Amino acid sequence: MTAEHTAEPVAPGSGQDAAIDNLAALESEAIHIFREVAGEFDRPVILFSGGKDSTVLLHLAIKAFWPAPVPFPLLHVDTGHNFDEVIEFRDRVVEKYGLRLVVAKVQDWIDDGRLTERPDGTRNPLQTTPLLDTIGEHGFDAVFGGGRRDEERARAKERIFSLRNAFGQWEPRRQRAELWNLYNGRHRPGEHVRVFPLSNWTEFDVWNYIAREKVELPSIYFAHQRDVYLRDGMWLTEGPWGGPRDGEDVHTRTVRYRTVGDGSCTGAVESTATTIEEVIAEVQASRLTERGATRADDRMSEAAMEDRKREGYF
Amino acid sequence: MSSLLRLATAGSVDDGKSTLVGRLLYDTKSVLADQLDAVTRASVDRGLDTPDLSLLVDGLRSEREQGITIDVAYRYFATPQRSFVLADTPGHVQYTRNTVTGASTAQLAVLLVDARNGVLEQTRRHAAVLAMLGVPRLVLAVNKIDLVDYDESTFEVIAKEFTDHAVSLGYPVGEVLSIPISALQGDNVVTRSENTPWYTGPALLEHLETVPVAPDPHDAPFRLPVQYVIRPRTADYPDYRGYAGQIASGTVRPGDEVVVLPQGLRSTVTGIDTADGPLGEAGSGNSVTVLLDDDLDIARGDLIASAGSAPEPTDELSATVCWLANSALRAGSRVLLKHGAKTVQAFVEEIVARFDEQQLRAVQAPESLELNHIGQVRLRTSEPLPADDYRTSPRTGSFLIIDPKDGDTLAAGLVGVGFPALGDGQAASTDGQGATG
Repeated sequence: MTAEHTAEPVAPGSGQDAAIDNLAALESEAIHIFREVAGEFDRPVILFSGGKDSTVLLHLAIKAFWPAPVPFPLLHVDTGHNFDEVIEFRDRVVEKYGLRLVVAKVQDWIDDGRLTERPDGTRNPLQTTPLLDTIGEHGFDAVFGGGRRDEERARAKERIFSLRNAFGQWEPRRQRAELWNLYNGRHRPGEHVRVFPLSNWTEFDVWNYIAREKVELPSIYFAHQRDVYLRDGMWLTEGPWGGPRDGEDVHTRTVRYRTVGDGSCTGAVESTATTIEEVIAEVQASRLTERGATRADDRMSEAAMEDRKREGYF
Repeated sequence: MSSLLRLATAGSVDDGKSTLVGRLLYDTKSVLADQLDAVTRASVDRGLDTPDLSLLVDGLRSEREQGITIDVAYRYFATPQRSFVLADTPGHVQYTRNTVTGASTAQLAVLLVDARNGVLEQTRRHAAVLAMLGVPRLVLAVNKIDLVDYDESTFEVIAKEFTDHAVSLGYPVGEVLSIPISALQGDNVVTRSENTPWYTGPALLEHLETVPVAPDPHDAPFRLPVQYVIRPRTADYPDYRGYAGQIASGTVRPGDEVVVLPQGLRSTVTGIDTADGPLGEAGSGNSVTVLLDDDLDIARGDLIASAGSAPEPTDELSATVCWLANSALRAGSRVLLKHGAKTVQAFVEEIVARFDEQQLRAVQAPESLELNHIGQVRLRTSEPLPADDYRTSPRTGSFLIIDPKDGDTLAAGLVGVGFPALGDGQAASTDGQGATG
């Protein structure tokens, strides 16, 4: 062998113990990102669905500017296919922290003809137009999202500061080099930047952080009894988006949700986890990624997420 | 508490990087059932008998269509020993800028070569970029060793050529390890292979799990780039004024004497605030809010530094740059320069030299720097900057060059000189302090 190898076993108490706690490092990185955006942009906004990732995002924003209030409004793109528990949670959080909330209702776009309901009744893909219209209308120049690189293959390639052209589109081949912790937020009029402070977090990190910081979540993340029916291997719940079709039997099951999305395509998983600790144990043992288990919209094609991102999706 | 290793992979096209990364994810059980199902389905569609593990990481449609990696993909996996953040970077020449992106924060880089082709131009270029960025440790993975019948002498020739190159770039021989692997077959990736009895070193994952990670030096001088001034002006905090930022280097405690640059104002730290409560001490990497004794005029872009060892603000910078843009850099160009939390105008006074990473020599006074070129430049800035030398403080010694027209990032900049061939006689930073933040 030509080169010597350096793989000495590392004894406890050697330099490795000085490594910064992983969650503390991720928190500091996210706070740094929030402050960069506050310093460089005129009209930032936080996408807030009431889901766990956007709730963690808001928690980090509050910590980044404490004791001052968060200097950005929230934006919720409302499909109309909501879980009541999530909307109640959203409004309570907004009230508690004195935040400003902008709601873009997909229904309004359908009502005035700018969008047409899909034959399958799913509204997740319909969110892109209201999102881009609202960004344009309010002149938002930085849009925080809770996306993480571990979620999906196309997300794994996205920058923390991700430039969108005047049509709101992501152009993967034109991504800017992103070096050290120097973020380049420059953009031309009409363009905006999507910002992902949770880029380097895994699903497991998010749950551990929620436990450590005692972040409150909507109740649907924890096991509860619900009437559900099986479609494409997922437990869907009844709602205004349409119920079970012929041959789809309704069962009462103990379930919880791993993500919060459009009710028509967000499935529940059977679970008895009623506490954060039990959820973490379940996530650790899980053999399915959260999107694969519960999101029909990502199963459509091999490049489902990439195609939606190019169009300007979250 | 498990430790974290940030690593980057680099290599030429078709060396099998994506397959190696797919193999690491697969063998560390970081691939979940539905991800593997999707890859198996796609592999069958392509007429393959076994799952093509590179499909786990080649995320973009055009990448899968062309079978190449275009952009940096970030991957997260963990073993009981360690958590890993892996930046999988592209091999095509026109995407070397993404290699720079992926490697800028890496503590170790894995360079791949194809055992049938050996060390290529691109291998030498990548090694030069890694040396410039101060990535402290290199691994050469001699891949596809199965395709040369696990031949020891083939491996030895490649390992020696690469090690000699890395040493000439400034790497101590002990920080360069060569491993014969087959990403496709799994030889020496997670466990040592019986097919290479002549190789006595560790398998790749074994090395990644045990290689020491150099912590930031505790005695480095304190640096805090001010990102944002926190002034609540609420009933509870009518007069609060705090300077928020992420500590770039060193530690700070209440009572410390500091200087605010570039103004040169001196003050004393009266508190270190976080939303979780005040701290008695905070170190490198922490996002904090610092309170000072005096009511000073401090804004975003200023630097708070320890009074005893503050950098001298200057509007003349000598720096190494890695050019990332298709349009060339010429002397006389007007650009924007982002350093810390400050963006200023800058003028390129002179392109002093270009580093020829193939011949390991400097080409003096080139007309321009083109895509992927590394060169030494002199810049004049519209305001004095409190910059450190990159080798002593990467976070406050690095900057971006930005196109004032469209805002694109044109270059990665490192204050000071990074190459022995570029004139100052010093080796590239390999002392473990570089680029670990």
